[in-house]
Amino acid sequence: MKIAYRDNKWEMKGGSTARAAIKKVGLDPEAVLVVRNGQLVTDDTVLQEGDEIKLIAVISGGTGG
Amino acid sequence: MRQHKLSLCREHFLEWFVSHTDRVIEKYGMFGHEERILVAVSGGKDSLALWDVLLRLGYQVQGLYIDLGIGDEGYSEQSKEMVKSFAERREGASFRIADVKATYGKSVLELALERPGRKTCSLCGLVKRHIMNREAYEGGFAAVATGHNLDDEAAVLLQNTLRWQTGYLARQAPVLPSTHPHLSRKVKPFVRFYERDTAAYTLSRGIDYIYEECPYSKGATTIFYKELLNQLETRSRGARQQFYLSFLQARESEGLFQGTRAQVELHECAECGQPTSAPELCAFCRLWEEK
Repeated sequence: MKIAYRDNKWEMKGGSTARAAIKKVGLDPEAVLVVRNGQLVTDDTVLQEGDEIKLIAVISGGTGG
Repeated sequence: MRQHKLSLCREHFLEWFVSHTDRVIEKYGMFGHEERILVAVSGGKDSLALWDVLLRLGYQVQGLYIDLGIGDEGYSEQSKEMVKSFAERREGASFRIADVKATYGKSVLELALERPGRKTCSLCGLVKRHIMNREAYEGGFAAVATGHNLDDEAAVLLQNTLRWQTGYLARQAPVLPSTHPHLSRKVKPFVRFYERDTAAYTLSRGIDYIYEECPYSKGATTIFYKELLNQLETRSRGARQQFYLSFLQARESEGLFQGTRAQVELHECAECGQPTSAPELCAFCRLWEEK
């Protein structure tokens, strides 16, 4: 499966939860949401081979609100 | 949403989010349906979500977009386009634009470059607060609503607590009442939501927003404190919520910071007429006078 976060991309095997995958790529699960194949999913979702995962940053701190 | 001990499907999450916002508005006496509310919209997830929810709840709202003139990476142009796009797609969504450079002659960035010793975020905040208040007062709005969420409030609370900024600790609240005829009420209807909740709402509704952070927010202390609180939340689910809500409760029930809650005497700025505690000119007008 492919995981994308901003300009970063990773490939890994399916079968782990989204939360585990987030930690594996070095991110904080509290700081991102998971979009799998265009759908928002919870972080306990088990990701599959072939999934396209996009991680969306949650934390904001600039003028965006 | 582990902090609420709640697990919902998409459909019920969207319903819950809207109805919970209405309960928060009522709980804190923020505003009523008979009042006109100015919603500060930046093109980010929280403010667009707030605008969307308030429209769904039938409140009389108008958006206010402040063009700060941040040209780096086309930030201001992109964020303005997000606001325009939302309004075009959303029935009943109207908004006004306050252009800092067009109105005052300089963008926030140009102001910041003239003051290398002062953080850009600090200047930006001062400019936005002044403009929001002026627009609300001149436009006859009862209150200004911003998309601040519980993560924002908890981060500010942590920062102020670590420095024992008792003046700020005395005043931080979901509602800042009007204490002067030219000072608008300020409300935060999303104050009980985690940032994840508002992000999930915005994504689930298909609302397009600007993902990139302001190019001048890198290293912002707010983000640092949010990251610290995230670590705490991972170890102790609900800790962030408890920290903030227990603070509000304890401040009221224990009478904390009573001495610093004495009302600050305000008078009208000699230049713009907006309320200020400083002699003669307010901090905003001094910005334009200094250089």
